[in-house]
Amino acid sequence: MTVDTAVTSASGTAADTELVQLLTPEGERVPHEHYDTLIDDITADEIRDLYRDLTMSRRIDSEAIALQRQGELGLWASLLGQEAAQVGSARALRPQDHVFPTYREHGVAWCRGVDPAQLLGLFRGVDQGSWDPKENNFHLYTIVIGAQTLHATGYAMGVQRDGAIGTGDPERDAAVLAYFGDGATSQGDVNEAFIWAGVNNAPVVFFCQNNQWAISEPLERQTRVPLYRRAHGFGFPGLRVDGNDVLACLAVSREALQRARDGEGPSLIEAFTYRMGAHTTSDDASRYRLDSELESWRLKDPVERVKAYMTREKMADQAFFDGVEAEAEQLAEHLRTTCRSMPDPHPTTIFDHVYVDTPPTLRAQQEEMARYLDSFVDEKEAQ
Amino acid sequence: MADLITYREAVAEGIAREMRRDPSVVCLGEDIGAAGGVFKTTVGLLDEFGPGRVWDTPISEQAITGAAMGAAMTGLRPVAEIMFSDFLACCWEYLANEIPKVRYMTGGQVTVPLVVRTANGGGLGFGAQHSQAVENWVFTVPGLKIAAPSSPADLVGLTAAAIRSDDPVVVFEHKGLFASKGAPAPPDHVVELGQASVIREGSDVTLVALASTVRTAVEAAERLAAEDISVEVIDLRCLVPLDVRTVLASLERTSRLVVVEENPYQGGWGGTLVSLVADEGFHLLDAPIKRVASACVPLPFADALEERVIPTADGVADEIRALAAY
Repeated sequence: MTVDTAVTSASGTAADTELVQLLTPEGERVPHEHYDTLIDDITADEIRDLYRDLTMSRRIDSEAIALQRQGELGLWASLLGQEAAQVGSARALRPQDHVFPTYREHGVAWCRGVDPAQLLGLFRGVDQGSWDPKENNFHLYTIVIGAQTLHATGYAMGVQRDGAIGTGDPERDAAVLAYFGDGATSQGDVNEAFIWAGVNNAPVVFFCQNNQWAISEPLERQTRVPLYRRAHGFGFPGLRVDGNDVLACLAVSREALQRARDGEGPSLIEAFTYRMGAHTTSDDASRYRLDSELESWRLKDPVERVKAYMTREKMADQAFFDGVEAEAEQLAEHLRTTCRSMPDPHPTTIFDHVYVDTPPTLRAQQEEMARYLDSFVDEKEAQ
Repeated sequence: MADLITYREAVAEGIAREMRRDPSVVCLGEDIGAAGGVFKTTVGLLDEFGPGRVWDTPISEQAITGAAMGAAMTGLRPVAEIMFSDFLACCWEYLANEIPKVRYMTGGQVTVPLVVRTANGGGLGFGAQHSQAVENWVFTVPGLKIAAPSSPADLVGLTAAAIRSDDPVVVFEHKGLFASKGAPAPPDHVVELGQASVIREGSDVTLVALASTVRTAVEAAERLAAEDISVEVIDLRCLVPLDVRTVLASLERTSRLVVVEENPYQGGWGGTLVSLVADEGFHLLDAPIKRVASACVPLPFADALEERVIPTADGVADEIRALAAY
């Protein structure tokens, strides 16, 4: 028996692990025989749009953290450091594709056209997710780790049964994109999703943002091999991409999504990135990880490298960057204003939507509460 | 008086005492090591006992409970943490179908002396999937014991009893109580499973509570004392074994019963308790039995709404007034 010693570490090494990268941390374009063909239609205008998406995603995040610190939000899960993975993958989507996010996909929500103020309603605790998943084909945030991978797989099987794959019609063929993290790969349901997607050849792309940390637990606690290699065992392709490189993420996502739309089945993308912030605003990462690790990843910043690339290639001048900054500031103002003016929901709404056809016992409780609340109004009027 | 300790600190204290006493006790769960638990309930355990006995696990509730069961078969006494009690749903096969049946199906040849401890309950605005009081889920499964302490000292004492128990025990630690304070547990403190505690004596109405609703019950009782209604408050402390004797003994004095539960009214543990009282103590009652429990809806996110779902001292006091006047 031989043991493949090359694959017994979670991170992998340069020698045994291919990382798709098209833009270096310094902003230099790296040619790639295959993946260049997937983005050769991208114009300078579209590069500028990607930069704008990255900047806006980061601004949504920093504003939400500030609002949490001011007591306006109960909690926030920061995407800092993961902007390129989110924007690159989301911009590879077509309108008819369906997305199943985790609670950290604020950049994807932005790209799908969800008003980011609606994300705040969830974290302010005035609702449990208020956007219409059908409007932008962007499902509500899933909080329970990994559960959405099976939702996505089932949805993809529905798409398959609707005959919405492999027709060759670019406006009809659809794929499903499931986001999750490195920690989620340890969940039983995620592995079951891989099996189902594999044996059913479901049109789903599993997009794992490996940000190296599951709350306090490092990647080594979740896996012995690089995560993308797991796909092989489930019978579909897997690859690792530089998750801080928006162009590479766009290229590999385009390819995987098209495979799915063409009826060629699922893929796993491991976007190798880093959670620059704590797990959430309730977490203190300094208890369990070293600043030096953070510093090394700061040099790989996903936004700065696009800015350097655009500057080097003269795709943008200072006026452009200032314009994006001003737009981000406007968005932040919109978030602040909308967040602070979100009304507390009415007490009787606790009974809304529990059932389609409300049982009489529950209706009685609702009516009793309404009467109880009305009794205060009468008292006030009587005074 | 000795310094008070928090309920949160009592979790680690209770586990540490047993780990010092018995080398077969090990802990496993997500983020329980360097991070000290997401609720900071396992702070200090890794430092004191090392990674050989405090295992940070992958995010996999099925594996945590399934492996705890296997480890228990080898003679270890695993203390498994499921971060939020809502996630018992993620490992329900092991908790409902495997662990409680091992001893039975092996004709008593194999026991699994393990503890599953989990942060239960609402009141903190954590939304529909992180706020539920699910003690009634576990209550439906014969073969499991259930403790749900309301004070730091009880937490230490019940944790000790749970870890020493040869039966599997689910210990519900209440999230809303983590910051609350109480007297520290005396040395070698063990609270036998299935012993309710009369924490306030009274003569008009018996009010039975568990975990977070003990505080609600005491608040209601204090309010009603000013109105000359004397309320006896019983903290059940455990659901299995269920101490019906203490409740019946109290009813001999009061003849009126109110039960206050955080789980939903529908399928809540109070339904079983009051049916036992109806069976065995109907002759003691002078008034109908009342149950105050959560509304039969998922937990809302908004604070203002969550307050409407979970029983309040006001709501309990209203029920008791009506009953006292019956």
